[in-house]
Amino acid sequence: MRTFPTAGAPHLPPPTRVRGVMAAVLLALLPGIAACAGFFGPGVLVQIALACAFALGFEAMMLRLRGVPAAPFLGDLSAPVTATLYALCIPPLTPWWITLLAMAAAIVLAKHLYGGLGHNLFNPAMVGYATVLVCFPRALSEWLPPAPLATQALGFGDTLSAIFLGHLPAGLGWDTLAQATPLDTLRTLARQGATMPEIHANPVFGDFGGEGWEWIAGGYALGGLFLLWRRVIRWHVPAAVLGATVLLTVPPWLADPDVHPFPLQHLFSGGLMLAAWFVATDPVTGCTTPRGRLLFGAGVAALTLAIRRWGGYPDGVAFAVLIMNGAAPLLDRLTPPRPYGHARHG
Amino acid sequence: MRIHRFHGGMRLDLRKQAALARPIRPCPLPPQLAIPLAARADMAARAVVAPGRRVRRGEVIGRIEGAHGTTVHASTSGTVLAVEARPLADADARAGPCVVIEPDGADDEQRLPPIEDWRDAPRAALLERLRETGIVGLGGGAFPSAAKLAGAQPTLIVNGAECEPYVACDEALLRERAEEVVAGAALLAHVLGAARTFIAVEEAMPQALAALESALHAAPFEGAALAAVPTRYPEGGERQLIQALTGREVPSGGLPQDLGIVCHNVATAAAAWRAVARGEALTARIVTVTGAGVVEPGNFEVRLGTPLAWLVEQAGGYTARAARLLAGGPMTGVALPHDDVPASAATHCVLVLAEHDLRDAAPELPCIRCAECARVCPARLQPLQLLADLRADDTAEARAHALADCIECGLCAYACPSHIPLVDWFRRGKAELRAQAAARANADAARERYRAREARLAREREERLQRSAARRAELAAAQAPTPPISKDAVLAAIARGRARKRVPPPGGESGGDA
Amino acid sequence: MFAALLTLVLVGAAFALALRCAERRLRAARAPVTADAIDALLPQTQCGQCGYGGCRPYAEALARGEADLNRCPPGGMAGVRALANLLGRAPKPIDPACGREKPPAVALIDEDVCIGCTKCIQACPVDAIVGASRLMHTVVGDLCTGCELCVPACPVDCIAMAPVEGRTPPPRPGAAARTQVAAS
Repeated sequence: MRTFPTAGAPHLPPPTRVRGVMAAVLLALLPGIAACAGFFGPGVLVQIALACAFALGFEAMMLRLRGVPAAPFLGDLSAPVTATLYALCIPPLTPWWITLLAMAAAIVLAKHLYGGLGHNLFNPAMVGYATVLVCFPRALSEWLPPAPLATQALGFGDTLSAIFLGHLPAGLGWDTLAQATPLDTLRTLARQGATMPEIHANPVFGDFGGEGWEWIAGGYALGGLFLLWRRVIRWHVPAAVLGATVLLTVPPWLADPDVHPFPLQHLFSGGLMLAAWFVATDPVTGCTTPRGRLLFGAGVAALTLAIRRWGGYPDGVAFAVLIMNGAAPLLDRLTPPRPYGHARHG
Repeated sequence: MRIHRFHGGMRLDLRKQAALARPIRPCPLPPQLAIPLAARADMAARAVVAPGRRVRRGEVIGRIEGAHGTTVHASTSGTVLAVEARPLADADARAGPCVVIEPDGADDEQRLPPIEDWRDAPRAALLERLRETGIVGLGGGAFPSAAKLAGAQPTLIVNGAECEPYVACDEALLRERAEEVVAGAALLAHVLGAARTFIAVEEAMPQALAALESALHAAPFEGAALAAVPTRYPEGGERQLIQALTGREVPSGGLPQDLGIVCHNVATAAAAWRAVARGEALTARIVTVTGAGVVEPGNFEVRLGTPLAWLVEQAGGYTARAARLLAGGPMTGVALPHDDVPASAATHCVLVLAEHDLRDAAPELPCIRCAECARVCPARLQPLQLLADLRADDTAEARAHALADCIECGLCAYACPSHIPLVDWFRRGKAELRAQAAARANADAARERYRAREARLAREREERLQRSAARRAELAAAQAPTPPISKDAVLAAIARGRARKRVPPPGGESGGDA
Repeated sequence: MFAALLTLVLVGAAFALALRCAERRLRAARAPVTADAIDALLPQTQCGQCGYGGCRPYAEALARGEADLNRCPPGGMAGVRALANLLGRAPKPIDPACGREKPPAVALIDEDVCIGCTKCIQACPVDAIVGASRLMHTVVGDLCTGCELCVPACPVDCIAMAPVEGRTPPPRPGAAARTQVAAS
């Protein structure tokens, strides 16, 4: 007689693991990151590295404080994903201490004080970004012009000194270096009563989005399609975000193209594309039922457009995602799928 | 014909080739057989033989009476050594009653008279034959087939889709004995009075499908149709197969019979045909012995009661990598603590997995709510929600979320990137639900007894009052004084009882019966 | 200043009115809970630990809104939750004054000591004890609800409570429970 250890079924090793999911997300972000670095210089790479370091530091600290074994959680790559998503939202020359604060808010407040991986109600990256956006609106609006419009490209050394020491290269000031984003420009000019064709004549606009921004958004979409293909994410959320954006922007644009921006303009500027594929698809803080996910994505799109149109910020993706995060448990509760063999209305 | 979709499911790596490389081999008789009297945990047969008795193959050794009645048969000729509890191929190798037989090697067989003209035989006679030959479901359920065939139903599904990885006994049977399966399907359809019969196999079984086609061509029968369903686990699950073939869902808590459908496994159909047309009792079944842990995987025709250790030996023994022994497939199979258990009618696969084929023992991570479990769930449940309910010990909420509809297919735990043992949770939760239902039934029965008792006490009180009133009237008439009741005798008895706790008292004095 | 105060007061009043209306409508929508429905959730031990002498009286007191819903130790926290759910009240821990939640148990009579006095038979609210005067008694385990009422009734202290096997749930699944080496 030979004895064997026993365990519950199923016995086959699962094909996926959390770390694999997170690694796929990071991989899918690469085209977007590359486009970002191409148009806005190496600052974004520095910010990603910086944010990852801070995020892992806070993660290790919080795991230690909570008395949780650190090894499986530090290796799950969820902190680097949070950090990268945050770093892609901020201007590349944002001072280091703002990133530190943002990561503290993201990892300590939004993630671990809610119970750590899997228990957070709000998307940590968006909490981090929204916190510093509210606290330091000026610093977070100082975007560089994209490469084709830049008068002077900043080197790696200049970037580091700007981020860590706040020193800009000699002869340059923020007033000359920074440039309004396309959404800023749109907002400002629209408030001054300019028509859409006039606004679009501004060099910050590209073919259908912002100059440079449209390529970055394209990079995110490419990565998102990769995630979809690898079955890391499902189609519901991106389809709902993008579909709702188009549905909500086409009628006003058709009604009066002089006042309302072209739908693609909305899709390919700001953070909407990043949100559609990478932020709103965050499993932890989103919906779990198919119908819930559709509503969740549509809500993100609607709130983003509302904030863009009427709100105090040029882009409202972070706030839209956070509000919908809060609504996600309710949406899940309201949209349970009908189990096999149960009556349709029940 | 149109094949419908069912929710969830996954394409799994089938790994059936190793077992299908050779034809079905007969497993030689072991030195000792322990034939389980209970292939299902909920029904055990009563032994009808005593130790020392010589039996022939096919002789009845155990019997279950009643509506779900069936018989258990000696699987070879020999001497009954004992009727005793032996560990079974069960979750904890729990012991169950077995008839232990020492084969004499002659293997002489006792058969019932063949019913050649079964197409003209009355249903009752055929049902009786299936009962008396011990035919039970060979797909793993081991439910008495006669009980399932008792009522007439319009649709019969003969299930040859066994899409759990590794398990290949049905495919081997279909490749080599398709004509028996087709004849069995015709027989079952006749017994059932079914107008439609689906013989369902997987798309991934072209050889089996071809064999069935030619068998059906040679012996066609009314209403028969072959159906190749996509290989997507758990396509072979009864409820999923019904949905794939008919587009209808078996109601929650109901049976396929509620839709006018009866499902039988292909091996059951073949065994039923042998029982009727040849008079053979169920004494053997085809078992897949496979996995990286056995040297020579294959399908074996195994006498019921053969120890798994002997069976694995016939497959060349264990390899050095053998790490886990399963009765059943890798998704739903039961891990056995040792191999000294007999094969029963429900044992369709003996799987020995190597370490690298197993879930790692690394600690699970928290649920990240990715809802992959919900996507793959064929019962369209929200396993992540059920997990949250059960972790909070909230069985009421879990019941509301249809925990009872979980079919324990194992896909949720397999798909979970956090490696949470969801099925373990759900099995435990379902056991808890059953315990609660039992407790509820007990409480309801207790309430009835309580009410009956209250009513009885009230009636007795009333009668006593009437009696004493009558007596008083009598006494008042007779003017006789009543002697006072002495309590001394009672107190003395109590004192005696307390003083001599372990010594039975010679007999208590009056305790004052009410 | 005055305008601001007035606005606040008006807003407050509007909300108060709205809440009052909502409460009324929602209460009307909820049908009154019958004592039968409550009784169906109680464990029917008839043990009287709630202080109402039995399950039915307690159910009636709950239906009238007079009793607290945490007075039934045999029902346990699961029972409290079920009651809270039915009554639309918040669950709370079991009142220690009523007793503790214990694992399920049945009474067992030490048949060597039993004097056959039938006092336990009279005490048993659910007729779970059989026996006759001067003959040894025994508890029918399947019928016993574990109310413990027979224990104090016995003049010779021969009744003890024995835990029920197999009614305790298996351990919670987890990393530790997944791989166990068989002991055989």
